[in-house]
Amino acid sequence: MKIDKKTIEYIANLSRIKLSDQEKEVFIHQLSDILSYIEKLNKLNTEDVKPMAYAVSESNVFRGDTLEPSISIEDVQLNAPAAMGVFFKVPKVIE
Amino acid sequence: MEYEVVIGLETHAELATITKLFCGCSTQFGAEPNTQVCPVCLGMPGVLPVMNKKAFEYALKAAVALNCEINRFTNFDRKSYYYPDLPKNYQISQNYYNLGINGCMNIDLNGNRKTIRIHNVHLEEEAGKLIHPEETGADYSLVDFNRAGVPLLEIVSYPDMRTVDEVDSYMQTLRKILLYTEVSDCKMQEGSLRFEASISLRKKGIDKLGNRVEIKNLNSMKSVIKAIEYEAIRQSALLDKGETIDRETRLWDEVNGKSARMRSKEESQDYRYFPEPDLLPVLIDEKWLSAIKNSIPELPLARKQRFVEAFKLSDYDASILTEEKVLADSFEECVKIMDRPKAFSNWITNDLLREVKDRKLDINSLQIKPKQLALLVEIVEKGTISSTIAKEVFSEMVQTGKDPQKIIEEKGLTQISDEGLIEAVIDKIIASNPSVIEDYKKGKKNALAFLVGQVMKETKGKANPKMVNELLKGKVGI
Ligand SMILES: [Zn+2]
Repeated sequence: MKIDKKTIEYIANLSRIKLSDQEKEVFIHQLSDILSYIEKLNKLNTEDVKPMAYAVSESNVFRGDTLEPSISIEDVQLNAPAAMGVFFKVPKVIE
Repeated sequence: MEYEVVIGLETHAELATITKLFCGCSTQFGAEPNTQVCPVCLGMPGVLPVMNKKAFEYALKAAVALNCEINRFTNFDRKSYYYPDLPKNYQISQNYYNLGINGCMNIDLNGNRKTIRIHNVHLEEEAGKLIHPEETGADYSLVDFNRAGVPLLEIVSYPDMRTVDEVDSYMQTLRKILLYTEVSDCKMQEGSLRFEASISLRKKGIDKLGNRVEIKNLNSMKSVIKAIEYEAIRQSALLDKGETIDRETRLWDEVNGKSARMRSKEESQDYRYFPEPDLLPVLIDEKWLSAIKNSIPELPLARKQRFVEAFKLSDYDASILTEEKVLADSFEECVKIMDRPKAFSNWITNDLLREVKDRKLDINSLQIKPKQLALLVEIVEKGTISSTIAKEVFSEMVQTGKDPQKIIEEKGLTQISDEGLIEAVIDKIIASNPSVIEDYKKGKKNALAFLVGQVMKETKGKANPKMVNELLKGKVGI
């Protein structure tokens, strides 16, 4: 599968990253190569194989509805790029 | 041009667990911002979500109550989008194997039934809350993640509704089912229950659906109705002019009573759903499913029907009684104690609900107990107090939770049925109203009612009115 410039721009936009024209060129080739490699799988006959999304065969793992302590506001904000009082601060959201 | 309005609803209900869906943080409403968060619900790298079993079972219970086919293999998917209220940049939701599919719910329209099909019922996590500062020109927004990760049930209807009355009945019925099954507290003012509507118009008699418009930011059932009415008018005006309807999302503006295109969602979304690798699938076996089925109580519509048939109540009274589960439960408890369904129905639907409304009481934490109400009904039947005094006693019972006898004793409200005592009062009234007696003898019959009133007033309403009437008639001579 060949990735074109439009697809790269679309993916970059979805991922909220800015790419220079030069970078776009690089990624067009890299992503196309990766997809072509993966496409080798199409050569296999998978008619009787069910789609698999999980690497382990376990299921039904639960926890009880029991309270556990939350963390302190200082710890909450340790990784926050910006905060204001008890809140996280983000660029203005327009609705 | 005449159009048919085609309406579907998406409902979100926060589930009534005490902890979040994937971590042990509290779901308590109203806490200080960002105090009910941890690395899991803040989306820190390397953390692992673990499913809250109770939340899953609540969702399953709701799906069964809404007559869904249950997917015996169900799993969770990542729905990717960027928004500051979503810490992981994806929401854990369900897409490929929803918990429940192809359900339905009956709604009641003035005694007529209509079935609204349910497309799916699934479980997902709640987002955080964005706060927009009021100062003008502010270039920031604030985020509180206390709600992030709260278990959220989504119920998607088919576009089977055609009128706002149907929409209203759908919302009321769904709310009642969620309350009856006790999976959500459904407090709209706290955001526990929210609706989004999708509306399209088509010419009468045409099958093909028109382009649908989604309306968000509907904060009450009233806004849902107003927004749908507004949207139907907006779309029909456009169609009349020969214009086409854009498929879009609009935000309802409650203050100005109109909707506007939502700017941030102009471009179509690409959620790139894929199976959540951090959560294992859930298999639902027969034993588990039947345990869930057995835990579902009789639902409101069926209960209403039974009240009408078994207790000979009017359709209206039965629907008021079954409106709130706690009322219907209390009523049934009363009837078990004493077989007077009509009397209990009257006390509950008239007097109790009036007290609740006037005093702004919480219906789920009322002081008055069924046993006490049964006692009151018994006391009235015995004639110990008149029905007028009974209302006063009842009001006191609602306020204090005291037994009726205690209130009657304390306030000295026992009905006076002692002939001698009543006669003494009547003599006094006759002596002090000679002109009224004259009028009565001249044929002015309503003079008697005046005298009865005076006797009741003198005895503070405690005299047995039947006896007062008879004794008075005897005294003044018929
Ligand atoms: Zn948490």
